[in-house]
Amino acid sequence: MSHDKTMTLTLHVWRQKGPKEPGKFETYEAKEVSPDQSFLEMLDEVNEDLIKAGKDPIAFDHDCREGICGMCSQVINGAPHGGMERTTVCQLHMRMFKDGDTIYIEPWRARAFPIVKDLVVDRGALDKIIQAGGYTSAHTGGVADGNAILVPKEVADYAMDAAECIGCGACVAGCPNGSAMLFTSAKVSQLAVLPQGEAEAARRVCAMTEELKAQGFGNCTNHYECQASCPKGIDVKFIAKLNREYLKALCK
Amino acid sequence: MILDGKCPTGPIEKTWDKHRFDMKLVNPANKRKYKILVVGTGLAGGAAAASLGELGYNVEAFCYQDSPRRAHSIAAQGGINAAKNYPNDGDSIYRLFYDTIKGGDFRAREADVWRLAQVSNNIIDQCVAQGVPFARDYAGYLDNRSFGGAQVSRTFYARGQTGQQLLLGAYSALARQIKAGTVKMFPRTEMLDLVVVDGEAKGITVRDMVTGEIRTHVGDAVVLCTGGYVNVFYLSTNAMGCSVTAAWKAHRKGAFFANPCYTQIHPTCIPQHGDKQSKLTLMSESLRNDGRCWVPKNKGDKRAPGEVPEEERDYYLERKYPSFGNLAPRDIASRAAKEQCDDDRGVGPGGRGVYLDFAASIKRLGEDTIRERYGNLFEMYEKITDENAYKVPMRIYPAPHYSMGGLWVDYNCESNVPGLFVLGEANFSVHGANRLGASALMQGLADGYFVIPYTIANYLAKTAPGKVKADNPECKKSVEDVNNNLKKLMSINGKKTVSEFHRELGKIMWENVGMARSEQSCKEALKKIPEIREEFWKNVKVAGSGAEFNQQLENANRVADFLEFAELLTRDALYRNESCGGHFRVEHQMPDGEAKRDDEKFCHAAAWEFKGVNAEPELHIEPLKFENVHLAIRSYK
Amino acid sequence: MQLLTSSVGRKVLMAITGQLMVLFVIIHMLGNSSIFIPGGINAYAEHLHALPPLVWGFRLVMLVAVAIHILFGVQLSLENRAANAETYAVKNLKRATLGSQSMLYTGLLLLAFIGYHLLQFTIRVTPDIVAGVDAQGRFDVFAMVTNSFSHGIIAFVYIAAMVVLFLHLSHGIQSFFQTMGWNNNKTLPVIGKIGTVAAVVLLLGYASIPLFIVSGILKG
Ligand SMILES: Cc1cc2nc3c(=O)[nH]c(=O)nc-3n(C[C@H](O)[C@H](O)[C@H](O)COP(=O)(O)OP(=O)(O)OC[C@H]3O[C@@H](n4cnc5c(N)ncnc54)[C@H](O)[C@@H]3O)c2cc1C
Ligand code: HEM
Ligand code: HEM
Ligand code: SF4
Ligand code: F3S
Ligand code: FES
Repeated sequence: MSHDKTMTLTLHVWRQKGPKEPGKFETYEAKEVSPDQSFLEMLDEVNEDLIKAGKDPIAFDHDCREGICGMCSQVINGAPHGGMERTTVCQLHMRMFKDGDTIYIEPWRARAFPIVKDLVVDRGALDKIIQAGGYTSAHTGGVADGNAILVPKEVADYAMDAAECIGCGACVAGCPNGSAMLFTSAKVSQLAVLPQGEAEAARRVCAMTEELKAQGFGNCTNHYECQASCPKGIDVKFIAKLNREYLKALCK
Repeated sequence: MILDGKCPTGPIEKTWDKHRFDMKLVNPANKRKYKILVVGTGLAGGAAAASLGELGYNVEAFCYQDSPRRAHSIAAQGGINAAKNYPNDGDSIYRLFYDTIKGGDFRAREADVWRLAQVSNNIIDQCVAQGVPFARDYAGYLDNRSFGGAQVSRTFYARGQTGQQLLLGAYSALARQIKAGTVKMFPRTEMLDLVVVDGEAKGITVRDMVTGEIRTHVGDAVVLCTGGYVNVFYLSTNAMGCSVTAAWKAHRKGAFFANPCYTQIHPTCIPQHGDKQSKLTLMSESLRNDGRCWVPKNKGDKRAPGEVPEEERDYYLERKYPSFGNLAPRDIASRAAKEQCDDDRGVGPGGRGVYLDFAASIKRLGEDTIRERYGNLFEMYEKITDENAYKVPMRIYPAPHYSMGGLWVDYNCESNVPGLFVLGEANFSVHGANRLGASALMQGLADGYFVIPYTIANYLAKTAPGKVKADNPECKKSVEDVNNNLKKLMSINGKKTVSEFHRELGKIMWENVGMARSEQSCKEALKKIPEIREEFWKNVKVAGSGAEFNQQLENANRVADFLEFAELLTRDALYRNESCGGHFRVEHQMPDGEAKRDDEKFCHAAAWEFKGVNAEPELHIEPLKFENVHLAIRSYK
Repeated sequence: MQLLTSSVGRKVLMAITGQLMVLFVIIHMLGNSSIFIPGGINAYAEHLHALPPLVWGFRLVMLVAVAIHILFGVQLSLENRAANAETYAVKNLKRATLGSQSMLYTGLLLLAFIGYHLLQFTIRVTPDIVAGVDAQGRFDVFAMVTNSFSHGIIAFVYIAAMVVLFLHLSHGIQSFFQTMGWNNNKTLPVIGKIGTVAAVVLLLGYASIPLFIVSGILKG
């Protein structure tokens, strides 16, 4: 519902010109923030003021603003995406804050995600993990009818639970080890349970975990922080599934 | 000039097969000598790049996001159509073809639509093979649901995230090719110009959005798959970065823009909450299966919805369209909502909203069933509005959603500039004046997987590989032009921000060329748009420098193109002196308010040629022939 | 080879060796509990040492396990630290625990403890050791232990070490199942609870010995 009351907030925002430059927090005031605004709309307003004052606006990634593209990426008060369950920062609304609140805004931090500028990081390492094997080798054309191989509902549902990952990297940002295990496990699990992906399951899990290491992500030590950070609630059961698949692959 | 769509002749059901046979091929050993530039990695571009790479072409792919997986195709919720007829409810290629032609209000090319319907079945198979987890029944068979504008169940879906799953399928196929080295991917790279050499498209000039470097990529053909342009309205369901820029630059280099006035306004979006809003969120159309639209019968009724007694409610869709009721097609449902609000019976802040009420369905089916069907949508609605739609009716309002118009292409998806191909939402082809739900995903993938791999060979076989080199004067000139343009933007150092201009433009567009247009409103817009444009170039403020990551500059450049494009859209709306599909001219309606086509005068595609920013564009016409579906009044009563 | 170099492979080795140690700790605790039965622990020790090849075989396995566990534990931890060099200005962890975050430290403390413990009760070179024989002529483990633990400081060190062990295992036991892939969303919370309960039982079982002795309930 619309509220008439607006808020004033103090923002401490990480500013960093480029990957190699030192960064630091700058403090800004966000005024007349409406509780119905989204977090990014609040930042838009701060930026409008900065631009008008002739200052460099805060750079942050965003695109769809409806929680599906996985582009937005900010750590708010220590929580990736702000810490509201199953919510990306673009879907976070200001009504979860109170007038006078102080908010720390930082980029995803992990060695595998170098900072591009301010709150923008380079997540290309996640693409590399998919390129290592996150696909089925189906050729365009020349595939069987969609109903030729049956996939029971439970299996399809399980695969879909994993496939919901939006590739945002919050799991890495939240993981004390900077590990992309949740992201990787979601793709491995999705394709391992589907008959279409099963044939390559062993090769896939080895190649993808190898790439995970090569890209400089940490190892998983089961902190489960990733699931708590994930805006899609991807379950750590998929990490167990990946481990299982990995052991199966070793036995081959 | 009369344009030739190059449609194959003969019985429609044979056209595509015959055409495939007639087209030239490129010898497998020669394929890698050809470089193809694919701009955009949504469903259309991702599928195209992956398929072309797999065939052995040397592909370079570009997108403005940080990963190809983030194209706005990802946001599609509802589903994708195919004529599989798995439910055995009477579907067929012909019926899908027929529905699409009729849904488009007879403003699309028959042969293209037929091909789309024909390959729709292959798409589903392809996606299944890629591991797309479509919904299945307990026995393991693919499940279908029904969607607006069709009387059969032909929509395949993956929960409320069909677009995401299809895109991830295409993205994974693309990833496989990137790994194999056939596709080179350039994320965070925005195309800012098309390079045309001797009348043929041979390259693009891009800006590296991280370093700010401007450079040209040359190739043997360019494939644009850069999505839609409804962000010209500022507030829309599109992503913040969606723009007309790539298409517009191609237009400026000679490619015709067809039917820009065909825009789709989606009826079920969450209403605007304030002026600081940056975008609108779509709620899946499927909600209309169980929700009932109503407004209070009394004007200016400000009571809470629960306090409005049943007899004082107007279930206007059920009243006006008894047979389709709440499932009337998008354009009709949108206009009906606007009418109610214009009539001062809208609800919520600013009176720009109508209720979508689930109370009756909850009573009939129970809250759990409703939760199971739409749980995630209700959740999203609550996140944005802070209202629990199980308890109070949702408020919805139409919002710009999709662009049926786009760059003109022939049957081969090739524009009038040889070597420039346009796929997906960026082209104008199959949806006519109105797109049916679940058909855009189908088109993007059809173009990318099953059309371009064949039709591009037909062009390439006629051209020698590597004809144009990077040091070509046209490339240098293009880089210079782009540089100058950006420099100019940054040197203005005025007082207004880019978004202020965009908002202003959006407001004019929405009010004058939005859901309903009139000669007067179009003329008014045509007067105002150049004024804003002029002010923009005098008074815009862009901070920072060009040689770095600079989102202001990116936006400024996109808005500059919208400011030019908006005029063309409006001009087209003014020119098309009829109502059809999503284009509603208030002067042309049936006594009951339905769109009234003028087939005598407007049964054609209007393709515009650029003649300069402040000059009138030149109109070219491609007449449309209907030999398989007979022109009839579209009725959903 | 992959087992020794890959991320998951090394984790699995950690898990298996860790679990071996858990088994040892459980058995050791049961054995040690015989201290509450008069003469029990001396008899138990005598039985244990009756078969030297078995003892040495067992020691060898444990040695290898500990070595692997330490090697990879330290290596993986260092990698993890490097992968996440910078921390956030505000900390806001939701599911990570004190145990999960301090595995390397608790592990190294355990290593120190085990070193001390072996010098004390196995090699018997620490000054507190009284080495004697009981009435049946067996080595008097009971007297040795009760004597040592009657020093408040030693008892305290042991109790502290048991808390460290508890922290390590409060995360380690359930973590083992996840690493081995024997987990799903339904089992995870259950195994988590079982892990905590097991760690508590071990803490109580072990700590009770120095506690009972130093408090004078169990007298030498
Ligand atoms: C909220 C929403 C819901 C929808 N639901 C459905 C549905 O249920 N069913 C259905 O069939 N359709 C639906 N649609 C429509 C459908 O999703 C789109 O029409 C379709 O996905 C467009 O695909 P595309 O590949 O043409 O473009 P996009 O997916 O938009 O991709 C555009 C690509 O071009 C790139 N690009 C753009 N400009 C440039 C540039 N200048 N330089 C470099 N790269 C550039 C982008 O980076 C991106 O990769 C929906 C649309 C929206 C917005
Ligand atoms: C000797 C010194 C030790 C060191 C340096 C050490 C270190 C570590 C480290 C760094 C981890 C990794 C954290 C993780 O994976 O969660 C770990 C895990 C573990 N440790 Fe130890 N540890 C030691 C001793 C022990 C002992 C004595 C036991 C058992 C009694 C033990 C049981 C375990 C278990 C069960 C795990 C969990 C493995 C898994 O995650 O699957 N460790 N240890
Ligand atoms: C109150 C707690 C404990 C007591 C009273 C205790 C007692 C003893 C005694 C008496 C021995 C010597 C047995 C013999 O040689 O006859 C021993 C050996 C040993 N203990 Fe403990 N212990 C305790 C806790 C632990 C813990 C927590 C660990 C491991 C983490 C541990 C590891 C060992 C090892 C490795 C040996 C050597 C076994 C061998 O000879 O091979 N102990 N302990
Ligand atoms: S697993 Fe979750 S947090 Fe990680 S990338 Fe996917 S959606 Fe983001
Ligand atoms: S938080 Fe990190 S340690 Fe593993 S369980 Fe998640 S990846
Ligand atoms: S902007 Fe797309 S998920 Fe947030």
